[in-house]
Amino acid sequence: MQGNRWIPHPLMTVALIVLWLLLNNTYSFGHILLGTLLGIMIPWFTNRFWPERPRICKRRLFLRFFFMTFVYDVVMSNINVVRLILKPDISTLQPKFIEVPLDIDDPMVISILANVISMTPGTVSSEISADHKTLIVHGLNVPDEQAAIAQIKSRYEATLKEIFTC
Amino acid sequence: MIVVEILVSFFLIIGAFFALAGSIGLFRLQDFFTRLHGPTKATTLGVGSMAIASAIYFSFLKEGLSLHEVLITLFLFITAPVSAHFLAKAARHQRLHEDKDHPET
Repeated sequence: MQGNRWIPHPLMTVALIVLWLLLNNTYSFGHILLGTLLGIMIPWFTNRFWPERPRICKRRLFLRFFFMTFVYDVVMSNINVVRLILKPDISTLQPKFIEVPLDIDDPMVISILANVISMTPGTVSSEISADHKTLIVHGLNVPDEQAAIAQIKSRYEATLKEIFTC
Repeated sequence: MIVVEILVSFFLIIGAFFALAGSIGLFRLQDFFTRLHGPTKATTLGVGSMAIASAIYFSFLKEGLSLHEVLITLFLFITAPVSAHFLAKAARHQRLHEDKDHPET
């Protein structure tokens, strides 16, 4: 969806209207009107704050990634981490920093990747190198460093790269 | 209605269990960086399923559709990784990860 002069970010407008209605927990006409007004005004005032954004090109893949891969991974790694924490001997954990070399260069896509990594329990993205080439991730239990890096790269980074490449 | 009640109880118990496990993890884990894994976990499944339980309860057993619980989950999903990232970054700049002999308690 491409924006024009009056509505610079159409998706953001729609998101703001939905957000407004959810916040008020009502679907009455007055609130739809007020939400539309806010949805048009807020992108105007914040327009200069948003740099060039990457566009979602493969919408199907995007939805599948977030509602299947992401939700599945969050649930499974939650269970996995709980098992690690409740283990009788906790000192056998192998926490470690792993350095993930990045193939994507767009800052927005990198931050989405970092957020996805942080939201799946067991890994927290803790720093990005100054040249935006390496993401430093802390893993709660990393027996095999290479396997962990390969999993992040193939499961998340490659998919995100495909979603945002036209 | 009994089905709804069972569903609500199910999600509440799941949520409570993961929140409890997150707190136990915070207590048992040794150093700063492993403790950082607590918040991300408690917010995802713990708060997530409690919000689902609340949405189901108020939608079916009270008046009308209630979806603003979704927002709680949404805002947590947006803010939790950012705060975890900042904590980790600050700790790395303080070089906590190099001080292996004195894990701060």
